[in-house]
Amino acid sequence: MANAINPAKNGVNVEALIAAREALAKAPEAAQFKWRATCEWKDGTHSHSAVEGYYGLGQEQRHKKTFTFDADHPEVFASEDKGATPVEYVLVGLASCLTAGIAAVAQYRNIQLRSVTATIEGDMDIQGILGVDSDIRNGFGGIKVTYKIDADAKREDIEALVAQSQKRSAVYDIVTNPTNVTVVVN
Amino acid sequence: MSRCLADRAIDHVVLERGEVAHSWRTERWDSLRLLTPNWQSRLPGFGYGGDDPDGYRTLPEIIAFIASYAKAIAAPVRTHTTVTSVRATGNGYLVRTDQGDWRCRIVVIASGACNIARVPAFADRVPRAIAQVTAQQYRNPGALPDGGVLVMGASASGTQIAAEIQRSGRPVTLSAGEHIRAPRVYRGKDLEWWMDAAGVLDQRYDEVDDIGRARRVPSLQLAGTPDRSTLDLNALTAMGVTLVGRLAGISEDGKAQFAGSLRNMCALSDLKMGRLLDLIDDWARVNGLDDKVEPPHRPPPTRVEASPPLGLDLTSGAIKTIIWATGFRPDYSWLDMPVLDRKGMIRHDGGIVAAPGLYLMGAPFLRRRKSTLIDGAGADARDLCDHLVSFLDSRLARISA
Repeated sequence: MANAINPAKNGVNVEALIAAREALAKAPEAAQFKWRATCEWKDGTHSHSAVEGYYGLGQEQRHKKTFTFDADHPEVFASEDKGATPVEYVLVGLASCLTAGIAAVAQYRNIQLRSVTATIEGDMDIQGILGVDSDIRNGFGGIKVTYKIDADAKREDIEALVAQSQKRSAVYDIVTNPTNVTVVVN
Repeated sequence: MSRCLADRAIDHVVLERGEVAHSWRTERWDSLRLLTPNWQSRLPGFGYGGDDPDGYRTLPEIIAFIASYAKAIAAPVRTHTTVTSVRATGNGYLVRTDQGDWRCRIVVIASGACNIARVPAFADRVPRAIAQVTAQQYRNPGALPDGGVLVMGASASGTQIAAEIQRSGRPVTLSAGEHIRAPRVYRGKDLEWWMDAAGVLDQRYDEVDDIGRARRVPSLQLAGTPDRSTLDLNALTAMGVTLVGRLAGISEDGKAQFAGSLRNMCALSDLKMGRLLDLIDDWARVNGLDDKVEPPHRPPPTRVEASPPLGLDLTSGAIKTIIWATGFRPDYSWLDMPVLDRKGMIRHDGGIVAAPGLYLMGAPFLRRRKSTLIDGAGADARDLCDHLVSFLDSRLARISA
């Protein structure tokens, strides 16, 4: 394990995160964030999404640049496959959220990471989305994430990193708990 | 605290809304046993003298124990006296009760951490046909309707209540969020013995990294089982209890939804238990106990079925009762002082509240990990009594100067 003389360097600014946690505990209104995206239909099942602005720390904020995402369905669905499917974006969101969490927790616990790779797989019975059988849900039947982690720590400590990352992950929470969704037409 | 005050010849009264040990008499289920062994209930000048030091007191025995201590120390208890408000006056406090007012220089709040059962807001969506009972109201399985029971919460109360209801023939579904698994006996000795001997229970509030977090940790899944068996989730599923994740919500049409995080909740708990047992093993080795006790072992990981149920239709008739074992909070509605944080808990430094002469006892990790145990009251009371005496002395010095 890393030590006080040779602290872990995972590239996460834990001091800033801890300072933010202390500051936001005293000013909970600044902790209110709004995350946003826009999505525009192109053609067929192809759409083009962008994220740029969000709200947090009491004011409007901007990413350093606009990030864009093409979504489509693959050719087996008779689509043109111009982007990842939306459900794959969900997998990307979950895996990247958990992985960021692992790095942050490792930094906090002074564990040097050498490599972290996740493989994520969601099972889906598409009879649900095709309306073949109403007893089958549209979404994933289950999701499995498999991590390969090379780090300067015992196996139990690595397992504890992964467990703590799930406990603190926004996307893990979004995927494992219900959320009220309101869709309106203007 | 009364005993410590008497030792220092400080005039005081103990106000009690009912009889001594009121909450034990009125707010506990019938079969409850203390989760610490008999030998461990050590109060200043008062311990266990019976022939079953490793046993766990039954509810009548707990009540008798506390009542006999009150008698042994001749505590000046005013029973059937309900405090209606406490407020600061120029030189102390005005304590209003339904039996008249008291003026005093010092108030020690020892009204407990578990006055009100926490129930989530969406409980009002539970269909009316289902009986809802909190862990505080629950008495025994026979008082429940026949049929399925959904127990919410898998800490000490939830697991014990789930076990006895399942044994009564009512099929139990247990909703488990964050919980702390613990073996009753480890390497031939009670877990409480290890935690006491290794100093875990004596760990001070100013020695832990994040005291706020330490104070929010749920209770260990320990039960005072007469056969000293472990009551963890594996024991419950072996009895036939169905495990589901933390209750995430109840839809307007009466469907309960459970989080898909059960596997991680169990993994976190297994890892946490592993760290505690590692600490115990290290301590046993360093202290030369390795050949005097049984060899180290690790309980098997918590079993979670491949796809735990994510939903339960509460209108189907399968569930007749919901038990809310989702924790407690203290009731400070009578405390007319600006000393609460935004979550309604008293702000304090090891029981010393930020109002001169106001003290708190019996809160989680108040001064030590054992602060909520009967065994923790003595050390906390001595520390706070020292502070209280020097506070009184400094006031006297100021007045006479």
